[in-house]
Amino acid sequence: MLRPRIAMLCLLLASWRLAHAEAAIPDTIAQRVAACVACHGKEGRAASDGYYPRIAGKPAGYLYHQLLNFRAGKRTYPIMTAMLDNLSDAYLREIAQYFADQHPPYPPPQPPQADAAQLERGRQLVHEGDRSRKLPACVACHGARMTGVAPAIPGLIGLPRDYLLGQIGAWKIGTRHAAAPDCMAQVVDKLSGEDIVAVTAWLAAQAVTGDPAPLPASSVEPPLECGSLQQGAR
Amino acid sequence: MKRFLLRIAALLLILVALFAAWLAWANRNPDLEQASAAPTDAGAQIARGAYLARIGNCIGCHTARGGAAYAGGLAVPTPFGDIYASNLTPDRANGIGDWNSDDFWRAMHDGRGRDGRLLYPAFPYTNYTKLTRADSDAIFAYLKTLPPAQQPNREPELRFPYDQRALLYVWRALYFRPGQYVADASKPAAWNRGAYLTQGLGHCSACHAPRDGFGGTGLREELGGGMIPMLNWYAPPLNGNQAAGLGGWSEADLAAFLKNGISSMRAASGPMAEVIHGSLQYLREDDVRAIASYLHSLPQQLPPPQATPERLGKEEKRAILELGQSLYEDRCAGCHRANGTGASGIYPRLAGNQAVTSPMAVNPIRVVLNGGFPPSTAGNPRPYGMPPFAPTMSDEQVAAVISYIRNAWGNEAGIVSPAEVNRYRTRQER
Repeated sequence: MLRPRIAMLCLLLASWRLAHAEAAIPDTIAQRVAACVACHGKEGRAASDGYYPRIAGKPAGYLYHQLLNFRAGKRTYPIMTAMLDNLSDAYLREIAQYFADQHPPYPPPQPPQADAAQLERGRQLVHEGDRSRKLPACVACHGARMTGVAPAIPGLIGLPRDYLLGQIGAWKIGTRHAAAPDCMAQVVDKLSGEDIVAVTAWLAAQAVTGDPAPLPASSVEPPLECGSLQQGAR
Repeated sequence: MKRFLLRIAALLLILVALFAAWLAWANRNPDLEQASAAPTDAGAQIARGAYLARIGNCIGCHTARGGAAYAGGLAVPTPFGDIYASNLTPDRANGIGDWNSDDFWRAMHDGRGRDGRLLYPAFPYTNYTKLTRADSDAIFAYLKTLPPAQQPNREPELRFPYDQRALLYVWRALYFRPGQYVADASKPAAWNRGAYLTQGLGHCSACHAPRDGFGGTGLREELGGGMIPMLNWYAPPLNGNQAAGLGGWSEADLAAFLKNGISSMRAASGPMAEVIHGSLQYLREDDVRAIASYLHSLPQQLPPPQATPERLGKEEKRAILELGQSLYEDRCAGCHRANGTGASGIYPRLAGNQAVTSPMAVNPIRVVLNGGFPPSTAGNPRPYGMPPFAPTMSDEQVAAVISYIRNAWGNEAGIVSPAEVNRYRTRQER
């Protein structure tokens, strides 16, 4: 009578060991959001040659409001919307904060995809804008280093060109919106096709060197009224 | 000759009269006339109405993406065209500000608007007819407390002939059986409560019943399972059968799934995740147990769907499963484990999981392609997610890995073809 019991015990022990041979699932936010890095890269670093944007190190308020915007239909990307649809605001905020806190190295940019004249035009628009058309410089809001401004303005460098084109295009055709008044929509409205080619080519060709952290809010005085800045801290 | 024509005319007249009589008889609503009883405690009535509106998930259809709650405007897609959910806020011009509780009762119990016109059954009055007058009044009292939203209603955009509302008389004669829920005295109170919620407010059969070509559901196959039209997810049968239903789930597991969106073995995805997030997570403990006990008691209502027969050679099948296994070990086993046990309450188990082995492979295909998170709920506020594999895996690879999990660890189900995967790759979420 004893033997079968011991055999049973051994069997149970063996199966328990087998089941626990694999590492336990870590109770971490990184493990919970492993779904995100399938496209956005390890720690949200992305790559410079694809479409998916880097989310690592972007201001937390910006990331959080983008997640809300996908859910509210202000941004359109079906896989993203389906991912977020049933997550709580508190959890989305935690996810945004996690990626904002990641600072993996930036990959080198892709070789420029435009000629010298176009790149110069791009540089000029980014740094100076075009006063004759009342077009503000990108750096006026996105920060002198173009790495964004806390808590709600995203960086513009270290992103793939296709993503930049996709976003400006989405504003142009009305499938991406920011909180009203949508200052970015006003800017995009003034950009011509050539402007967009030039700006995105130049931005995507910039290497991220030095401190990639977003600048403090006090460092810029935005020339336009932006709804996303009013909600940014919330 | 003249006499013959007269006879034909008389015959036709009789047929028309018979048809009209049948329509009138089949459209009667025997328990419509019910007086409203004034609530003893108006505050308690509103609180109860808020709970009931939650459990009915009214907000799920009556709120557009990014729009004001209950202000309507969401398109409910049907095979006949889009129907826009209406404004349920107490705005006088656009909502139900001018309605009284009799009007609301008639909409819920008999599927008619305030002006008497027939409502399209995208609004599940076919289920809500089961509600008591008191519950209808409580929901109405709650809706009246919402902030009014000045959002105009949109007319349905239906193809001919479905845009002819008068045809709904025929539809109702075929598919609508008005009448409040009648308790079964031989069953415990909890069972009756579960039946009342499942058949009525929960309108589970809106998705979990098979629908025919006219969008009607069989009156005896209420929870027999079926493809959800337009959304293209398979809503599994809900019954106590061990193999095809919920018989293998403990009542506690089923209750946990409905309330938390995750149980020790399963995680909710697709439209069910939405329903749990917006509605079922708010179920009271006694109500969730009542629903679980009712579902467990149901017999299997339909034979399980038939899988398309495979035309694969032995070698071909072996090659697919081998590819699937190597993909599984590389991409899936980290979370779902090499032996398909998953991690309890975190990642669903795949071994012995009916969602995986169902003859309808659409759900696992869509989960692998699009990934997703179970819903955030009070019981599982920070769910673990599944990555979308559509961007990185070919149709052949997705088909192979699903075929593998359908046939590993004692699972036994059909091989999935790349063409079947491709069908769902291009579909958009609504």
